[in-house]
Amino acid sequence: MSLCSAPRPGRALRQRLSGLARPCPAAHPPAMGLLSDPQCRRALARLLLRLNTPLCVLSYLAGLTWFLLLPALAPRTYLSENAMGSTMVGEGSDLGPRALALARDFGAHKRKVGGMPVEWLEQTMFQLGLEVHRQPFSRTLPFPDEAHERYLVRGTNVFGVLRAPRAASTEALLLLVPGSEGSKNNQAVGLLLALAGYCRGQVYWAKDLIFLVTEHDLLGTQAWLEAYHDVNLTGIHSGGVPGRAGAIQAALALELSSDVLTSVDVAVEGLNGQVPNLDLLTLFHSFCLKSGLLCTFQGKLPPPEGPSGPGYAQSLRTMGLMVLGQAGGGPGGAHGLFLRFRIEALTLRGINSFRQHKFHLGALGRTLEGMFRKLNNLLERLHQSYFLYLLPSLSRFVSIGSYMPALGLLLLVLALRALDLWMRLSRSDEGEGDPPPEEARGGLLWLLPPILVSGGAGAALYLLPVRGQAVATQHFPVGEAEAVVLALIGIYVAGMALPHSTHRALSGGGQRGWMTLKLLALLALALLLTCLALLNFSLGFLLGATLVPPAAAVRPGGSRLPLAVLLVLTTPGLSLFLAVLLERELLEAPAGLGEAWQRFLGALGQGLLQEHLHGAHLSPLLCLGAYPCWLLLWNVLFWK
Amino acid sequence: MTQAGCVRWRRQRQCWQVSHYRLFPKALGRLVAALGVRELHLALTQGFWRTRYWGQPPLQAPAGAELWVWFQPTVTDVDKAWKELSNILSGIFCASLNFIDSTNTVIPTASFKPLGLANGTDHHLLRYAVLPREVVCTENLTPWKKLLPCGSKAGLAVLLKAERLFHSSYHSQAVHIRPICRDASCLAVSWELRQTLTVVFDFFSSGQGKKDWSLFKMFSRTLTDTCPLASQSKVYVDISPKNKEKELLEVSPPPTSVHEAIVQGEKKTYAVYDLLSPLLFNTSRSLNVQLKWKRPQDSSEMPIPTLHAQRYVAGYGLQTGEICTLIYNTHPYRAFPVILLETVPWYLRLYVHTLTIITKGKENKPSYIHYQPAQDRRRPHLLEMLIQLPANSVTKITIQFERALLKWTEYPPDPNHGFYVGSSVLSALVPSVTAMKDMDVEQSPLFASLFPSSDGSSYFVRLYTEPLLVNLPTPDFSMPYNVICLTCTVVAVCYGSFYNLLTRTFHVEEPSRGGLAKRLANVIRKFRGVPPL
Repeated sequence: MSLCSAPRPGRALRQRLSGLARPCPAAHPPAMGLLSDPQCRRALARLLLRLNTPLCVLSYLAGLTWFLLLPALAPRTYLSENAMGSTMVGEGSDLGPRALALARDFGAHKRKVGGMPVEWLEQTMFQLGLEVHRQPFSRTLPFPDEAHERYLVRGTNVFGVLRAPRAASTEALLLLVPGSEGSKNNQAVGLLLALAGYCRGQVYWAKDLIFLVTEHDLLGTQAWLEAYHDVNLTGIHSGGVPGRAGAIQAALALELSSDVLTSVDVAVEGLNGQVPNLDLLTLFHSFCLKSGLLCTFQGKLPPPEGPSGPGYAQSLRTMGLMVLGQAGGGPGGAHGLFLRFRIEALTLRGINSFRQHKFHLGALGRTLEGMFRKLNNLLERLHQSYFLYLLPSLSRFVSIGSYMPALGLLLLVLALRALDLWMRLSRSDEGEGDPPPEEARGGLLWLLPPILVSGGAGAALYLLPVRGQAVATQHFPVGEAEAVVLALIGIYVAGMALPHSTHRALSGGGQRGWMTLKLLALLALALLLTCLALLNFSLGFLLGATLVPPAAAVRPGGSRLPLAVLLVLTTPGLSLFLAVLLERELLEAPAGLGEAWQRFLGALGQGLLQEHLHGAHLSPLLCLGAYPCWLLLWNVLFWK
Repeated sequence: MTQAGCVRWRRQRQCWQVSHYRLFPKALGRLVAALGVRELHLALTQGFWRTRYWGQPPLQAPAGAELWVWFQPTVTDVDKAWKELSNILSGIFCASLNFIDSTNTVIPTASFKPLGLANGTDHHLLRYAVLPREVVCTENLTPWKKLLPCGSKAGLAVLLKAERLFHSSYHSQAVHIRPICRDASCLAVSWELRQTLTVVFDFFSSGQGKKDWSLFKMFSRTLTDTCPLASQSKVYVDISPKNKEKELLEVSPPPTSVHEAIVQGEKKTYAVYDLLSPLLFNTSRSLNVQLKWKRPQDSSEMPIPTLHAQRYVAGYGLQTGEICTLIYNTHPYRAFPVILLETVPWYLRLYVHTLTIITKGKENKPSYIHYQPAQDRRRPHLLEMLIQLPANSVTKITIQFERALLKWTEYPPDPNHGFYVGSSVLSALVPSVTAMKDMDVEQSPLFASLFPSSDGSSYFVRLYTEPLLVNLPTPDFSMPYNVICLTCTVVAVCYGSFYNLLTRTFHVEEPSRGGLAKRLANVIRKFRGVPPL
């Protein structure tokens, strides 16, 4: 008895205390008060239920507005790395004539051999005093690449290593020219060789320099990178790399196809939306300013200083292009493949347009020399500056702290909607709201078919086009590449027709049924977008901006047509098509529907290829993540 | 392009003590006596010897600082003596040898044997350490030069001008102390101190592709006299003809004599300048040895050495990785064994079960393995293996590791530079293509000690592979303030309210009794026997 009675005084005291506290919840920290006070909780829940739709609309609009305001509020870039700052190095090279002569030689030998002039390159590099190696590779693509007209690829990469005096080959810098067919990038090879010759004569190198010329542009680069790190990620067959130079600290890729240039365009977006450390870009920008080179980003000049309408529009356009490029997840140049290996890299593209003022190769050579000298001064890896950013122009940046809230606000819509559904479901449990439908008591088994069918459709979309190309080409008069793309579209569309009546197979559904299913779809979508926000913000934001409104609005019954139209318009496949249109629009080269369709088909093929060749994540993400989510929403719409 | 200076002299010894210091530097002599050192080998190196392109190194040393010492069996606490020794040497040579501690010291069992007179080879008396990060510069050269009997005032040592020596591709200076027989009967023992310096000059850019060199061009000095204390002072120039074609190169002035020897399996011809011979300084006051190639060299490279190796870190990311070592045996028909010594710091956790040795696509079982696992913050991994290398083969040795997360105070000031893994050591008796004669030790002591050969058919080679630079997962040290703020906020808000929720007891509250009127009404209702409001 005494045991039982013992807690009583304490309990009474606590009661008294809580009684004291009750009238004034403000005395507690707000969160504690809200969570522990059933009254407040109920009030909050009521508020959420009543104001849900306005809150959602507000949150969505706030997210979009936040994103649109980013270019206007972006701060200037600055160099964080002390080792590269303050002291400018002097550049003494004049590589122009020599680079052109070497480029012509290279071009002549390339024509003579009908491919990469491996012997000539090796000999030239040896004469320049480099340690020369070659690396053969071969790769059979999963299906023929129509854009580059290749299927079974054989090639040889040639690279020369300039050994830094009195360093033990623990660190290296890399200059890369992705060689391609025709006379593309000949001048870049010339400039690379001229620069190698110049650097060989200098005594200040503390890191080895690797001068790499790859064959079959990105395929060769991928083969070289995998062999250098002795891993096999994409099933490429390659000979080993016979000479190494330790950990590569930074890399520059060079693309140049003309004897003179008007501007230099820099590409940062890499595989799966990774970008190099901002310091590398800032370094390039500072050399642009120093040498007077005209430098562009996404083909756009920096907007005029000061707040102005046209300036904002140009910033927004530039940032839009970057977001589209990053969301695409492909390597935006040979540099894009390095980022996975934690090698900071940029691609510099020499552009020769119709501008009046032309630069000689020497100017670009001096920029490269200066950048390498600065990188040579690095004591540590590039790590001081941002790794996650968006660029509204070459001189301004939006850091992760600024752009994340935009996506956060979009995700809030999903959270609010999910909360709303959850509370309505649990209230109907308690019997407060509408009477509980008796079939709902049958467990959650009926949820299984829609989920399985959606997931299955996604898996089919992911696996079948590439696996089934042989079957497709047998039965239909199409080529392999066409077969893959058409199968992709076919399965995608068929998936939309498939699942929306499966739940009737099992007893279930009703009001609770679609609510539970929608809750599940919302949670899955929110989870997907949250993960994407961290991995590839651009992709996450674009998917969020398109998928959140239909996800929030969709419900069965009533007038289905507007909702169905909204859903179809925002399906990931159509979003991709719209993105193609938008990109042409932002590039100020609008495309007609026919051209956009061709580009869309090309993009589908390239997207699949990039997954197999470089390990891009876009197609599995869309097929296995976004598409099933969307199908669940579609399912909710046609719930009976 | 290689200059190997070698100075050598002997002191009589009495009971392992250095008795007088006319030639032997006192700093080292007292050190040897006080700490019971039997053999001491210290090398300070800047750069990396590229065996594949430069041929077998005449004197081997890994990048950074290397120290290995055999102690006398009378030393009771070897670890203490080792610690003390490294600290004193650190002071003598102005190097960071004081960073040698138990985390980078190992006791190899097979790779290092005493080079001098030794009774037993109990490897517990041996200590070996490498500091791959050590930077060697003028401050290390000056104390090294001071150990010479004439300093850098006279003799060969006048050439050692720091400004030129460090304007080179490779620089390695070493000190070796060992006991040797005083004469053929070996009744008395002497101490030998050998100081060596290896420098590789690169004339590619300054020589416009020509390989001509002269003493003046390399050192911006010429030789004028000898050290008065020297009993021998010679300059050897390798003039071995390549491809059996003679007359490809010429040296001037004409050498005093020509010496032929078989070095590392190859027949070599040396032009010898004996600085003590009076003929040399007759014509001119100074000696400026010059070598000229008669016609421009085509792209004929050095022949690929029989044994060379390459090491690298495979994989990417900050979680795991793989250390790969490729060992090449280019001998056309002879197989030979090699001892591999691998020292890996504790913060790379090796997975020994992943150790694979592949030769020509087949697994190669080592005939001897000695593995000592690391202990966190106390000692490194030590892996020693005896591997048979078949003729004309590449052997790939891989072992996987996981990168440890260090405590935040354990990171060096520049953690994002990466962490070094010292060179691994390859020791082998390489069969030579040319038959060798046992060299007469008394006649050419320098060659005999520089290039010892066990018998006529093979010669000893020790190779060091590249040091590795490995990145460990590194926290962002610029953000502790943010982290502290965030953590405090999370703890204060979430933890506080959750704790409150979890510990508080909830109960359904009776509806309040209402105002005075309600209470009155209830009292009346009670009297009436009706349930209260």
